[in-house]
Amino acid sequence: MADTGIEVCFRLYLAGDAPNSLRARDNLERFCAAHLGGRHQIQMVDILEEPKQALENKIFLTPQLVIVSPPPVRIIIGDLSDTAAILGVLGEAGSPA
Amino acid sequence: MVPYDPRKAATGIAGLDDITRGGLPRNRVTLLAGGAGSGKSILALQTLVNAARDYDELGIFVAFEEDPEQIIANAKTFGWDLSDLVQTRLFFIDARPNADLVASGNCDLHGMLAALEAKVAETGAKRIVMDALDVVLAFQTDPKALRREIYRTHDWLNGHALTALITAKMAIENATGEDRNLVNLLQFMVDCVIVTGHDVIDGISQRNLRITKYRGSSFEENQVPFLFGPHGVEIASMREREDIGHPASNERISTGIERLDSMLRGGYYRGASILITGSPGTAKTTLCGAFAQAACRRGEPTLFVSFDSRNDEIIRNLAAVNIRLDEFAANGLLRLVSGRAADGCAEMHLLQIKNMAQELGARNLIIDPLSALGKSGNEAFSHDVAERLIYWAKARGATVLCTSLLSGSQPQAEQTSIAISTIADTWMHLTYQVQAGERNRGLTIVKSRGTGHSNQMRELLLSDGGVTLADVYTAGGEVLMGTLRWEKERALRLAEDERVANVDRLRVKLQAEVVNLEGQISSLRNELESKLDEQARLTRHESETINESAHAEVIMQQKRLGER
Repeated sequence: MADTGIEVCFRLYLAGDAPNSLRARDNLERFCAAHLGGRHQIQMVDILEEPKQALENKIFLTPQLVIVSPPPVRIIIGDLSDTAAILGVLGEAGSPA
Repeated sequence: MVPYDPRKAATGIAGLDDITRGGLPRNRVTLLAGGAGSGKSILALQTLVNAARDYDELGIFVAFEEDPEQIIANAKTFGWDLSDLVQTRLFFIDARPNADLVASGNCDLHGMLAALEAKVAETGAKRIVMDALDVVLAFQTDPKALRREIYRTHDWLNGHALTALITAKMAIENATGEDRNLVNLLQFMVDCVIVTGHDVIDGISQRNLRITKYRGSSFEENQVPFLFGPHGVEIASMREREDIGHPASNERISTGIERLDSMLRGGYYRGASILITGSPGTAKTTLCGAFAQAACRRGEPTLFVSFDSRNDEIIRNLAAVNIRLDEFAANGLLRLVSGRAADGCAEMHLLQIKNMAQELGARNLIIDPLSALGKSGNEAFSHDVAERLIYWAKARGATVLCTSLLSGSQPQAEQTSIAISTIADTWMHLTYQVQAGERNRGLTIVKSRGTGHSNQMRELLLSDGGVTLADVYTAGGEVLMGTLRWEKERALRLAEDERVANVDRLRVKLQAEVVNLEGQISSLRNELESKLDEQARLTRHESETINESAHAEVIMQQKRLGER
């Protein structure tokens, strides 16, 4: 897979070891390995440990993936089992060059 | 008031606390379900505002659908200035899902509950509203996942001893498919279910509310009307219907028409409900005016609601029959209110009438015509509203005089939607009698509970001197009014005059004869006396003559003897 040179920053909000959250973490790592080839950063936030983060950032549905960059900021909710949906949101940044 | 029950969390909305027998289940979850725009959010917010203000219980409002700023702005239209409460006693959480978010697989509500957990710990809130929870539940596409998230939310709420009100847009009665599933789950889970409805009939908004479930408590099972009043949600209290607590009065009050008072053997009962029915122009308003004038002369605050005329028109028109209301309107004893019949729902009119009557301390209430409540879109509700208005007034010992437009001359065939004749204590019917080219107004008392009353029709006479009733004549099975009555009265008067004249004539004649006879007796008596005199005189003369003769004879004899 060719490198487009665009780095993707993710923030993944999780709720402890809730099944959807555990699946989302695994699915995201698998997705990144398959489609981004290391051009990414993942910041994990456990809202059970940092509930203020949930309030401030309006994280009411979990797990929630925020694509921080490249702009604009986009939000994907769910366990990330639907890869096509993620690719659709990422657009150019997710496409192989 | 409803007695305090520690298992209930009062909402501070009088009607709601009545029908729930004290409030929402404390530390439990209540579902408020209904269609869009049925008033769920405002009702829910009002419970939090009241709790924060009056019960010292802080609240959290979680807004899944509406912008909290917008909610606060809307609240201002009800005169609730929330600025002193917001973020000190009443906390808004904007939980609207991002409009652009994309779903990839299953999600859950852990985030929301963690956020709320933090907020509850921070504020010590006792009450919570989750407004439009259906919005986030819609992300649960799998029925099992939906069920799990509903239970998760419920358990969390119960676990934190929060008195919760969840609102959800849903058709409770006619839900289909997935909605059916959601409705069933929510209804089963919560301890109390309140369903709101909103119908628009002929452009008139009709809101109602019904409790379909309340674990461990009795509740009002019937649908009750509610509306947005000037100070927020108003829910019709069914206790208006139950409380006929005011003792029946034996006091009679004047109808304002002397002859009508005597027809009712003393007037209306204080605190009674009086219904006057009749076609247009049969002087229903005039009877209202007469009653209002009499009431104000007794010094009693009186509320006169007219759905047909403007205030100045009423004053002017009644002045034409010598009913003067202007001075009482000016000194505030009489409050004239003009309510356009098509404006708003019957429930709103009821609320306004009650508020005004309370403000005025009205002892008498006049609604002219009550049938206006049944106009345009209110047909189905007006009967209930009219009934509750009468019961409400009765419970306060106020006398209510209502008119109702009725066509035809047979009141028994009353067919208006406001069929209140059964609860009216006194029912008078006004008709036109068309006879000999005239229309005349007739008044009959159809019923009058507890007062003797004449069974006879009277003619209602309006003139610039005032209002009165005239006896009518029945002739040949027909009731005579107007000119025919006048002719009948005149004929009787002439016959009477003639009779009186004849008697006088005879009396004079006899008197003359008596005088004549007495004259004759007197002259005969004179004649008799003169005859008796004459007789006496004759007798005396005769005896003198005899004596003289005898004496003369003696003398003669002596003379003869002297010749000796």
